[in-house]
Amino acid sequence: MYTHFRLLITTALVAATCFFSAPANADEPAQKEHNQVAEGINKAEHEIEHNLEKAEEEFNVGKMIMHHIADSHEWEFTHGVSIPLPIILYSEDRGLEIFSSSKFHNEHHEYNGYHLVHGDAETIVPVDESRVVYDFSITKNVASMMLSAIILVLVFTSIAKAYQKNKGKAPKGFQSAMEVIILFIRDDVVKPNVGPKYEKYLPYLLTLFFFLLLNNILGLLPGGANLTGNIAVTMTLAVLTFIVTHLRANKHYFKHLVKPDGVPIPLLLIMIPVEIVGVFMKPFSLMVRLFANMTAGHIILLSLFGLIFIFQSFMVAPIISLFALFLNFIEIMVAFIQAFIFTLLSSMYIGSAIEEHSHADHGH
Amino acid sequence: MSLLTPNPGLIFWMLVVFLLVVFILAKFAWKPIINGLKDRENEIQGALDLAERTKAEMVKLKSDNEKLIAEANAVRDRILRDAKEAAERTIAESKNTASVEAQKIIDSARETIRTEQQVAVSKIRKEVATLSLEIAEKVLHRELKDKESQQALIAELASSARLN
Repeated sequence: MYTHFRLLITTALVAATCFFSAPANADEPAQKEHNQVAEGINKAEHEIEHNLEKAEEEFNVGKMIMHHIADSHEWEFTHGVSIPLPIILYSEDRGLEIFSSSKFHNEHHEYNGYHLVHGDAETIVPVDESRVVYDFSITKNVASMMLSAIILVLVFTSIAKAYQKNKGKAPKGFQSAMEVIILFIRDDVVKPNVGPKYEKYLPYLLTLFFFLLLNNILGLLPGGANLTGNIAVTMTLAVLTFIVTHLRANKHYFKHLVKPDGVPIPLLLIMIPVEIVGVFMKPFSLMVRLFANMTAGHIILLSLFGLIFIFQSFMVAPIISLFALFLNFIEIMVAFIQAFIFTLLSSMYIGSAIEEHSHADHGH
Repeated sequence: MSLLTPNPGLIFWMLVVFLLVVFILAKFAWKPIINGLKDRENEIQGALDLAERTKAEMVKLKSDNEKLIAEANAVRDRILRDAKEAAERTIAESKNTASVEAQKIIDSARETIRTEQQVAVSKIRKEVATLSLEIAEKVLHRELKDKESQQALIAELASSARLN
């Protein structure tokens, strides 16, 4: 229920922001379609820059929110305090190019034939329109992801060491704190949903849960990247779950798709497309749920802070801060719930695909 | 709409980093952790089983002990009973023997008394006879010391003899 409500709000907010900011980036698709010359891009970009500057002067909440939610080529903690990140570009004619994002810190945001375009999200566009460039930059999200990966590896290998050190003894300190969660995931999420062959899937599902949990929480920190609220990330995870689900799916599962038991032949005309759409709907819902929940949380928090600047009054600030504090607590809860739900649903999908005989559940 | 368009670069890094994390954690973290948890669970289960077995053994030992105590009690009772019986028997036997002995002693005493009595009676008879003879002698001496008394006596005796 809550999720649906959140989804609704997000969609509305995203739609609203896109609608209100439409004039600012309306030229962008037009550029690509008409294949304008570099001059045109420069002009358009200056216009966007100009709009951005104007927006900054006028304080556009939508812009501010989008800027915070979207990925960036440098890690900005506050206005002017930022860490430049490496930019990695690949193009057929020039090969691999690696340089710091601080090189774009000039008047035209231009370096070595590339433009850093500040739209809703930053994109790197070659000045020469005919060139095709693939951007593999270590963006803020990628850097945050790598940081979380390092934290995960350090934390859990040290816990593994603790298990080897006091073998068969009661857990100590941080080990016992994590053990509660590991046991919860193993005994209450994976074991009942995946079934007897759960141990093969345990490493993936445990990593999934802790990766999501850590990144959800890192995203809430000031200056943190909105990694799990990025559609590319949630899509990758959903696709991985889809692949893991179908890697060992048994013939019952596929038979259930094509010819469900006890369904009259005429109904199959409707059932088969529904079932097949359902297969792809599952990872899609995983992708959208996590993305929408995390992004919505950030948008709500940022909107609240934006109110302070809109009203331009110190009187509103304490009330808004209380609200934001309350919402922050909710977001911490959501961070746990979303990591849990993603893992739970993944294990349910895997369980339904490897179930030995699927005659038990026709009620879904 | 940039929010809803996945960035290929991010997908690439996400795949690389996440799969690496899964691989590293699966090999170096989850395997030892899950094994450690399983070992500990087995150990706890083993300890619980052992406790259960020990409890059962204790119950068995207790019943054995009770049996032993009951047996010991029975043995003690039997020994006491036997001892009592033996004592009673001994006492009864002693009593019997004593009474028989007493009877014997009494009998022999009676015999002795009778013999002594007979001896005494025969002695007394002899004494009496001797004394009577002496008395009779003395009397005779005194009665027959003159002629006239002797004749008187003969006369008396003759008279009495004729009468018979």
